[in-house]
Amino acid sequence: MRCIINGETIHLPSHVSTVAQLLHHFHIHKKIAIVEINMHIVPKEDYEHTAIADGDRIEIVHFVGGG
Amino acid sequence: MLQIGPYTFHSRLLLGTGKYPNIDIQKEAVEASGAQILTFAVRRMNIFASDQPNFLEKIDITKYKLLPNTAGAKTAEEAVRIARLAKASGLCDMVKVEVIGCDQTLLPDPVETLKATEMLLEEGFIVLPYTSDDVVLAKRLQQLGCHAIMPGASPIGSGQGIVNPLNIQFIIEQATVPVIIDAGIGGPADAALAMELGADGVLLNTAVACAKDPVKMAKAMKLAIEAGRLGYEAGRIPKKRYATASSPMEGMSVVS
Repeated sequence: MRCIINGETIHLPSHVSTVAQLLHHFHIHKKIAIVEINMHIVPKEDYEHTAIADGDRIEIVHFVGGG
Repeated sequence: MLQIGPYTFHSRLLLGTGKYPNIDIQKEAVEASGAQILTFAVRRMNIFASDQPNFLEKIDITKYKLLPNTAGAKTAEEAVRIARLAKASGLCDMVKVEVIGCDQTLLPDPVETLKATEMLLEEGFIVLPYTSDDVVLAKRLQQLGCHAIMPGASPIGSGQGIVNPLNIQFIIEQATVPVIIDAGIGGPADAALAMELGADGVLLNTAVACAKDPVKMAKAMKLAIEAGRLGYEAGRIPKKRYATASSPMEGMSVVS
């Protein structure tokens, strides 16, 4: 499956089909992160059962230093 | 005490978290500042560098209120999107509306700021808009029901201090919500002056993060803000054109 994650086209292995699996795949499941798919925010409690599909535009954002 | 929406703070210093030399110095500076509100920005995560340290993971975030900003937004809609992302972290319900309208001066876009503030208030956020030092704009934001107004002292990161104390005073005099002087503070004297003018708080970042010794400067800012506030509460004397002696005029025969 091919998704656009943070503006980059990324090939995902077949075992990655939910948001929870996606975060695990990149080893960021323990990080403070917020996920948006096709401009819709995915609530944390929905990570396990939110599917990702080919062509999805996914944003994974977090807090960084700022004023 | 500083009251913003439902929250009460004993510190009147709001500290930004950008541009520190490293995380250890930043941690020490945050502690030295006594700040209870820390600002952050929302950005894309580098998903290929999961081991990169993040400041939020290094502090006890239950000790602080997080104030995400909407920096990067140029329209109200973009600001709302960033604010929603921040809130979805489950870590905060306050937001600093920051909609930049000019790349060179980084001055806020008043129209988009007003629009974003209105939209975010409707969604139940605690909204603190960063604005220019415009009195009427401050009034309009207040009328919308924002929880604090944050006029800039001078352009972001410029360290010029309060370039228009008269406008800042006008804003403070008419304010019905806390006024937090945000952006442009250079040194402790600037922060103290903001507080002496009657501001309820000061938000700064570069002045501490980029000082030669950020930890010392954090402490200096803390003390300056406390001193300025005390001075304001104590009520300074009015300025007079000519001298008035501090020593009594009676008993002068000893020298005449």
